[in-house]
Amino acid sequence: MLGQDGGLSLTIAQLVQRLKASGLHSQLERQARLSLHRPDIKLESLKEDIKGFLKASGWEKKLQNAVYSELSVFPSPCHPSAPPEHIKESLAYMRKAQGNWEKRILKSLNSMCTELGIPLAQKRSVNEQKELLNKWNEMGTDEPDLSLFRPVYAPKDFLEVLMNLRNPNYENSEQPSFRNHLGLIQVPLKVKDIPELKEYFSELDLNTGQLDIDDSAEVPPELFENEHVRIGQKVLAEQDSAAAQQYVRQGCPTSLRAELWALILNVSNQPEDVLYYEQLKSNVILHDLLVDSLIYKDVKLTASNDDYYFVFEDYLYQVLLCFSRDTSVLQHFAYNSAIPPKSYIRGKLGMEEYAVFYPPNGVIPFHGFSMYVAPLCFLYHEPSKLYQIFREIYVRYFFRLHSISSHPSGIVSLCLLFETLLQTHLPQLFYHLREIGAQPLRISFKWMVRAFSGYLATDQLLLLWDRILGYSSLEVLAVLAAAVFAFRAVNLMEATSLAAAEAVLADLSTLKVMPLLQIFLFATGT
Amino acid sequence: MGTMAHEPAPCTIKSPVVLQVGDVRTELGRPGVAVIDVMLPHSQTIDLQEIAFKNYYTAFLSLRVLRQSTTDSGDENPSKWITCLRNYCLMPNPHTEEGSQDYFSVSRHQMLCDMDRVAAIRLILRQPSPVWLHFSIEELQLFPGGQKSPQKGFPAWLSCPSQEQPASLHDGLPDAHKASSEVQQMWVLTEMLQADQPAARIGRFDVDGCYDLNLLSYT
Repeated sequence: MLGQDGGLSLTIAQLVQRLKASGLHSQLERQARLSLHRPDIKLESLKEDIKGFLKASGWEKKLQNAVYSELSVFPSPCHPSAPPEHIKESLAYMRKAQGNWEKRILKSLNSMCTELGIPLAQKRSVNEQKELLNKWNEMGTDEPDLSLFRPVYAPKDFLEVLMNLRNPNYENSEQPSFRNHLGLIQVPLKVKDIPELKEYFSELDLNTGQLDIDDSAEVPPELFENEHVRIGQKVLAEQDSAAAQQYVRQGCPTSLRAELWALILNVSNQPEDVLYYEQLKSNVILHDLLVDSLIYKDVKLTASNDDYYFVFEDYLYQVLLCFSRDTSVLQHFAYNSAIPPKSYIRGKLGMEEYAVFYPPNGVIPFHGFSMYVAPLCFLYHEPSKLYQIFREIYVRYFFRLHSISSHPSGIVSLCLLFETLLQTHLPQLFYHLREIGAQPLRISFKWMVRAFSGYLATDQLLLLWDRILGYSSLEVLAVLAAAVFAFRAVNLMEATSLAAAEAVLADLSTLKVMPLLQIFLFATGT
Repeated sequence: MGTMAHEPAPCTIKSPVVLQVGDVRTELGRPGVAVIDVMLPHSQTIDLQEIAFKNYYTAFLSLRVLRQSTTDSGDENPSKWITCLRNYCLMPNPHTEEGSQDYFSVSRHQMLCDMDRVAAIRLILRQPSPVWLHFSIEELQLFPGGQKSPQKGFPAWLSCPSQEQPASLHDGLPDAHKASSEVQQMWVLTEMLQADQPAARIGRFDVDGCYDLNLLSYT
């Protein structure tokens, strides 16, 4: 009784406080003030009339969407005695492992600075600033010598860390026992089993229409598609984030995807957002950062070599360089187990008032980072909008793919979910691969860390990401990874080495995401 | 409710005693039950409002309290032990991490009996899963009843009584009237909070225009 109201009121108080700091609050206030000049606003029923006006003019919907967005991003209020680090990650050994991993990254970055004799950050000279401004839209044509730079880490290094993760309070004896997991991940997190997944992903079942699936030979697929597009247009007309999120669980029609995702993420690209983006851009022009070279290198190594994405090279630089300067990204560290790296202004070492985060957004890019942005370039052509969508997707979902945490969408849980699913579903295959030294996670890890970007065909990737947004969860990545193994099981059973198994799974670009997911979750007899 | 407003009561927390079948030194199986006694100093009593603690791999918690009887007729044995919380679930799945290191509080309305004039408390911790090396609870605090501050409270999920556990997820929305009256309260609260309102995003990362850095700091 008391507790329930208490929890609700705490949530409301936090929400109100955050919204008050937002631009929406002042806009609402302004609209309310302007409405006073309208003839239908009467003094005697002022409050009700203004409420009615805000409702009729669509501002109430905007407020609703803002509340919904805040609720989806921020975790519900924690126990009052819980310290902030407990909100970031509740398990002490996970926090420690993340801390050690960060220390390794810092050391690697520092040694790169020392070896190459370059600072982390410095101001550009006026000439350099002019030059960069002139080639802002064609940064890809630049071919700086980056041979000495190396990615700070690649997914493979990260997997090694996750494999060595142990709970010190868990029976971790060397002798095999029922407590040892047969896979690579050894931490006892709770992951969903097939019945729980079936319930969770109930909209993906065989009786629900999905885009990109022809259910029967007799019924033409256009029947469902046309109806689905019509409902999609209705959802967009309503401008309701929650409805959009429910809708995309069955897949987005290509023509509506950009708008629907923006609605779900509550990105509206207002003039002030464009201004904010311009400000980030000017900060890129002003300061030269070491991470810029890492970003260049990463784009060159990944997206520029990709058949689908190489055309977006310039967009990627713009978005990623601006992202590194965006201090609003720092807010997500309230619920991310990672801690942003710190540095001091030159010559002021140890003086707290000169302590700064580095890079300004606190995120050090790793090998493959640019692939989180690349698929979005198909949807958004305006850099400022592309940027906001990416930032929002990153601070809601993708940061979890490279932070050590116990969250159900965290990479550790995804790895464990993948291994558990495969082991339950296809025990023989799992055993076979393990015996030939091809632990399945060694192959699938990179798919999951990159959210399959760069592995699937773009249309399929976007259908997959529809479900990430629709369910606000990354678990679908682990399910798909397991489904891919199931699909190639016959060939994998014939493989006799890790290399052979990798070869079987080297090309995923012909796979269809939805049929694989449906068969794995709903059409196998469990 | 409102624990942050007042101080926890001073008390002596004894070290846990584990219950073990057979000889503790030779038995291979791990104990599944531990008992922690909490004494109040100088044979005082308190009207217990709430207990708060941090879990460490305990799956279920039971509470027993020694209450001083109301009768002042001078009976020889006026106090008796009563169970006020029975197998309160802290870890929904004892083999896995969920809830293992979380903060909890249990307030008097969740207890099975009246919590006035409590002289001693006994916590009975259970962990049926053999996979954990140790289990205990930490940072235990007892909060006496008294003045309440209406705005501060605990989230609902912390204080849902053990009988109606995860089912409450399907209960739907809270009562609209209750919620709206809460909202009114919140407006008052947020008006108060406004004084220390953080500035909206400014987006500056330099210090006085300078962002020249050499190396990252390890601390």
